[in-house]
Amino acid sequence: MVWVNAIVQGILLGGLYALFACGLSLMFGVMRVVNLAHGDFAVLATYLALAIITGLDVPVLWSALVVAPLFGMVGYLVQRFIIQRSLDVSPVTTLLVTFGLSIVIQNGLLEGLSANSQSLPSGSLASASFQVNSQLSIGYESVIVFAVAVVVLVCLQLFLSRARLGREVRAAADDQEAATIVGVNVRHVYGVTAAIAFATVALAGVAFGMYSSFNPAAGPQRLIFAFEAVVIGGVGSLWGTLAGGIILGLAQVLGSQVDTSFGVLAGHLVFLIVLALRPNGLIPARLS
Amino acid sequence: MIGANGAGKSTLLRTIAGLHRPVAGTIQLDGSDITHLPAHRRVAAGIVMVPEGRRLFPSLSLEENLKLGSTRSRSGAWDLDRVYQLFPWMAERRGGPTVHLSGGEQQAVAIGRALMANPRILLLDELSLGLAPAVVQRLYDMLPALLATGMSILLVEQDVTQALRVSDWAHCLLEGRIMLSGRPRDLASTEVEAAYFGLSKRAVGGGG
Ligand SMILES: Nc1ncnc2c1ncn2[C@@H]1O[C@H](COP(=O)(O)OP(=O)(O)OP(=O)(O)O)[C@@H](O)[C@H]1O
Ligand SMILES: [Mg+2]
Repeated sequence: MVWVNAIVQGILLGGLYALFACGLSLMFGVMRVVNLAHGDFAVLATYLALAIITGLDVPVLWSALVVAPLFGMVGYLVQRFIIQRSLDVSPVTTLLVTFGLSIVIQNGLLEGLSANSQSLPSGSLASASFQVNSQLSIGYESVIVFAVAVVVLVCLQLFLSRARLGREVRAAADDQEAATIVGVNVRHVYGVTAAIAFATVALAGVAFGMYSSFNPAAGPQRLIFAFEAVVIGGVGSLWGTLAGGIILGLAQVLGSQVDTSFGVLAGHLVFLIVLALRPNGLIPARLS
Repeated sequence: MIGANGAGKSTLLRTIAGLHRPVAGTIQLDGSDITHLPAHRRVAAGIVMVPEGRRLFPSLSLEENLKLGSTRSRSGAWDLDRVYQLFPWMAERRGGPTVHLSGGEQQAVAIGRALMANPRILLLDELSLGLAPAVVQRLYDMLPALLATGMSILLVEQDVTQALRVSDWAHCLLEGRIMLSGRPRDLASTEVEAAYFGLSKRAVGGGG
């Protein structure tokens, strides 16, 4: 029963990783941008949520409703005014620019706030759980996060495959120049893509804050989890990202079942094994 | 627009479409300066290109490729139904990918995609590239019908005979300069040959 419990927790944790990783996957799949500040933006979102929760005295879920759209706008602007300019120069410049953003965010947070770990006051939600039987109980919090992750991925998939703008996103991902000559404003489409990615990062940031404590330097460690989920699942594939997140979550929770300190390492090992055996990931696919 | 390999034909078309900025000079459409109009907005102004190598979107279905053509469509007669009328085989394969289509079919999709924007000026770059003669013939047979709808076509073609046969006006490009212009019937074949291979130093406006 201990193992069943671990499997359930692992899958649920995987939902969080998938939610967190899908923005990274999207930005890479569409604009070939590896956003090294991805984890730091998540941490920034967590702090913003903390400020909203304590400042306005609202529950965690409400803060997410503010932080996500706000980050969407931030994402559009960051893409149009910072990342796009570096893309016009070279891919290496883009890498350096996002690395720079990462450092700026970390140090900005450190400067303005304390280096101490903090956590989101998630109130009654934190302790509430389904009691499946005497040994197995599932926290509401992790179920909600998992459900949000799945809903976000399904919506994103529908947007890309059905919506007119989603079609433009796929076209721009395929061939930027060809998209331009059929009339697609590629820079705007890139901005929209970044907006979606940042909104999902914000949701993941709030969810991370509910799960565990955070500090200004937590971003890079989280970024590694997102990378691992994306690579395990297959770059550019949303369902792959969900699968990758779940596999990573499972590996970590099952690993820590063996030995508490083995959890994160188990995740890295699974990642390395997949990378060695299936370098294109488990579900390699284009964005479609 | 005719000219040898590397004469600058594609570069000219791409500049008109807005993918390159001219180093000097202006681009005008109906007398208004569009030199600084971004490429995607030139589509709305009526300039639409069928690029060299077709450049279809591999992760999109045939119909999605066509629909993208109407991203900034002007109002006009061309829509999905009309394109399917022109190329009836497409309707049955609308949901499938374009990567499995033959070269000629892919070229037809690229043309259909451009028509969806209701162009005033259609830029066709090497329609015949890599296609069997019979297929090329079928594509060329279609051009008069397009012209009859009122659009203009700027055609880039390596096959000089073919180009001169279908066009009202021909230009020969050499090293980025127009060496010869005129109605095809007024151009002597030796004259065209000289301009094509750069045997004559005469340039348009340069007298002679
Ligand atoms: N006006 C110009 N000034 C300077 N360089 C030019 C000019 N036009 C074209 N070029 C250069 O010449 C080269 C060949 O140009 P382009 O591809 O347009 O030729 P093309 O006629 O389309 O050749 P092909 O028949 O092989 O398709 C390119 O490197 C391009 O940058
Ligand atoms: Mg060319």
